[in-house]
Amino acid sequence: MSAIRVSTARRGMGRFFAFFRGRAMDRELEAEMAAHLGMAIDENMERGMTAVEARRQALLRFGGVDQAKNRHREARGLMSLEILMQDLKYTVRTLFRDPGFTIVAVLILGLGIGANVAVFSVVNTLMLRPLPFANAQELVWIAPPPTKCGLSCATYSTDAYDEFRVGTRSYQDVTGYFAFSSSGNLALKKGDVPIAATSIDVIANFFDVLGVQPAMGRLFRAEDGRNGASPVIVLTDAWWRRQFNADKGIIGKSFDMNGQQTTVIGVLPPNFDFGAVFSPGAKVDAITPLNLYGPPRDWGNIITFIGRMKPGVTLAQARWEAAAVAPRMCWNNKYPDSCGQYKDAVVPVPLKEWVSGRLRNALSLLWGAVGMIMLIACVNLSNLLLARAAARSKEFAMRGALGASRGRIVRQLLTESLILSGGGAVVGLMLASLMLWWLAHQGAIALPLLNTLRIDGAALGWTVLIAVGAALLFGIVPGLRMAGGSLFETLKNSGAGSGQSRKQERVRSVLVVVEVALACMLLVGAGLLLRSFLHVLNVDLGFQADRAAAVKVEYDDSAKTEEASEAKRANQFQQILARVGAIPGVEAVGMTDYLPLTGNRAWGTPFPKGVKRPDKLPTGPLVYVVTPGYLRAMGTGLRGRDFTWADGPKSQPVVMINKAYANFLANYAHWPNNDAAGQLLTANGGADLRVVGVADDVHEENTEGEAGWQIYYPATQASPSGAQLVVRTTLPPATLASSVMRTLRDLNPNQPNAEFRPIKRLVEHANSGRQFFMMLVGAFAGLGLLLAALGIYGLISYSVTRRTQEIGIRMALGASGRRVLVDVMGGTMRLAVWGIALGTATSLALTRIIQSMLFETPPWDVSTYVAVVFVLFVAAAVSGYIPAFRASRLDAMVALRTD
Amino acid sequence: MSPEKLDLLQGTLDLMVLQTLAVMGSMHGYGIARRIEQVSADEVLLNQGTIYASLVRLEQRGWIDSSWGVSGNNRKAKFYSITEAGKRKLAVDAAYWGRLTGVMDRVLGMDTDAGKEPA
Repeated sequence: MSAIRVSTARRGMGRFFAFFRGRAMDRELEAEMAAHLGMAIDENMERGMTAVEARRQALLRFGGVDQAKNRHREARGLMSLEILMQDLKYTVRTLFRDPGFTIVAVLILGLGIGANVAVFSVVNTLMLRPLPFANAQELVWIAPPPTKCGLSCATYSTDAYDEFRVGTRSYQDVTGYFAFSSSGNLALKKGDVPIAATSIDVIANFFDVLGVQPAMGRLFRAEDGRNGASPVIVLTDAWWRRQFNADKGIIGKSFDMNGQQTTVIGVLPPNFDFGAVFSPGAKVDAITPLNLYGPPRDWGNIITFIGRMKPGVTLAQARWEAAAVAPRMCWNNKYPDSCGQYKDAVVPVPLKEWVSGRLRNALSLLWGAVGMIMLIACVNLSNLLLARAAARSKEFAMRGALGASRGRIVRQLLTESLILSGGGAVVGLMLASLMLWWLAHQGAIALPLLNTLRIDGAALGWTVLIAVGAALLFGIVPGLRMAGGSLFETLKNSGAGSGQSRKQERVRSVLVVVEVALACMLLVGAGLLLRSFLHVLNVDLGFQADRAAAVKVEYDDSAKTEEASEAKRANQFQQILARVGAIPGVEAVGMTDYLPLTGNRAWGTPFPKGVKRPDKLPTGPLVYVVTPGYLRAMGTGLRGRDFTWADGPKSQPVVMINKAYANFLANYAHWPNNDAAGQLLTANGGADLRVVGVADDVHEENTEGEAGWQIYYPATQASPSGAQLVVRTTLPPATLASSVMRTLRDLNPNQPNAEFRPIKRLVEHANSGRQFFMMLVGAFAGLGLLLAALGIYGLISYSVTRRTQEIGIRMALGASGRRVLVDVMGGTMRLAVWGIALGTATSLALTRIIQSMLFETPPWDVSTYVAVVFVLFVAAAVSGYIPAFRASRLDAMVALRTD
Repeated sequence: MSPEKLDLLQGTLDLMVLQTLAVMGSMHGYGIARRIEQVSADEVLLNQGTIYASLVRLEQRGWIDSSWGVSGNNRKAKFYSITEAGKRKLAVDAAYWGRLTGVMDRVLGMDTDAGKEPA
């Protein structure tokens, strides 16, 4: 056994080295053969032959010097490698001789491969690669199944957290973060003007559970989150660089943050991006510890859960255990009747699934789209190569006659394909890296993990795979056709006008039809997504996003009693609204603590007074604490009255609710005209709330779903969690940014230089994922259309060239140029019709795939199909018209004289 | 060339070369070719040139060694000699060849009525 292996290995090595020593071995062989012939001649002459005869006989007995050399080479070396080198040299030479063809081919392939590699990288990042944490497969996101009541129903209380953490055994540890942080919640005071930043409060073991190591300093310890702990903060790499000039000595330094001296204890590594994983499209600058045992104790549902399962624990076990512990978890241990409300609402799912699971459909679609692009590119290349092969058929016939085997010629053609696709791969990789670089720097797209996009080993492997696959795909048809034809036939035929090339044109027609069909499918997909996007833009969000902007306002309502605090706050808000409202160009102003499409929370379910609550009530409306004028500033319609400054701490508690919630309540109450305005509700705590107005439904969580329930409390009666000043302007909002900021700083020198955010941007952010996919599919469809048009153009112009003589004869016999034009166009349109029919039929058969991505658009949307058919016809007509026009202008005499 | 000459079967030339070297000791390519021609009494169709493919094959497998030397009539030539491994290989192949020719002889020597049961 081993002896055989050794000798095999030795032979392999010998052959391998022989390849590199080829020339030396050839020289040695020549010397050897010369000696051989010399000896033979000597011997022959000894026998009495003349010198000439002796030499003749010696050569005869030797039998073909070149043949012997070839056999020698074959025996000693990796023949295929040598042939490959020969083929490569030959191919490079031929390709350089025809730069037009080469450039077009490499570009087409580059576009196809580039699109494929870019999309593969996105898919790889979002779906295939594990999350950027150690042993990420152990991490689970623990949350209730989706509900209508927003974040408050997707989070847990601190008491529930403790119970879950202590009560379960499947987890190494469980952590979480405060889900209600709003952007700009951190005011860093380094100079005169505080700087607004965003920080997230996490449970102290957050980084331990995720397995994140600091780049500098340390991360949190349990004591950082206890009562009385001195304030500490961990900076993200990006913020450390931007705000602190990448100060290497920052650890241990203290800064005034939100009025507290806060010590920087660590800097996170560059690859940790909180927003990219947990809150796509959001920028998080720093992480702070959450004090579980301080005031948050009584804030209700505020924490999201993230668990790390013990090795060997299956998801099913973790699920089962979570379901078993859930009934023991209490919303607040002080209220025993709040225990058990998390029943069936504690479900672990793999963190990865939570982060990117909902994108699976969209990504598959995208992958399908680039696959089609690649097919179209291959078909195009096939077509180009066929046309070229036709022109080169004599060359190959000649080579065949000179002794090249058929296999050798096919191999030569495949080498050519491989070189072309190799060039395409290089161009494609460059295009893909550009595209990925651009995507990775689109912080505003609400898709997770985009920041980690890059060309990695897997993407390189994919590139090679596609390039080779494509080369085989587009090289095989022309290769077989070339090598399949009989030598004699080819040499005899003049190529053009022969039966062979007519057959070949039929193959090419089929290819073009396929191409048009693929382009048609892509266009249908892009069209449907575009329609959906337009429908989404047309959704009545319940507010007017144009000409409104919001800025986070700092205020100080610290006071001994709640009442005093409310009065202090009301006073400040009133001043701010009065001053900002007086700025010329400002149409309306108001404040809220949460803007639509950002954060939200719920405070139980106020119910019509005097009506018995049903046992099972859905969790209540999302709560917005607002000032008078807010609804007008947002452009939300209102029936009844708005809050006034007279709705103070001492007057009757008032609320406004939205139509959807009012309709729900009207099912239970017997209100005149089912009108909630003016009616009394009872809050969960028992207090009476007067409904003063009914507001339009606002899309508060997304732009596509149904609007949920909302309730508005006056900021003079309820405590807001922050304040967003909304300004509606007659001018573009940006023009007022500086005067608004000056006014705010005038009133409160501690007002940070917060961002002036157009409301429109919130909407754009909410739509960015859909827009992203639509743009990509649209771009791919455009590319597909272009390639298909090129294919049509190539085929028709080839066919016109081939039929030059025929057309010449027909024109000499009296056919008009118009007649020829109509004929050629007829042929073009026939191709288009077949392609469109095939493409439309396939699209209709595949509606299922795209259905889930559509919004208020049926997958057989007639106007989309009509538009696509129209576009394809126009494209076909344009690409066919150029050669057709040329044909119609042929001079019969010139045409007849051509070969 | 006379049409009656035998075409060499694949691999037989290698065996002939090995045997020649085993018997004659160190030889150059021309000598080997001539020797085979003489022994076979010019019955095989041997293009002498093909011997070199065989030699390089045998050398790469480690069955023969080569070195440059000077021939009897003062020509620089490459001399080949069989190695120990080559001798073992020769023994194995010769035995195999012997068995094969024996079988071939018997099969081809069958009488036309040998298959019939004796009456």
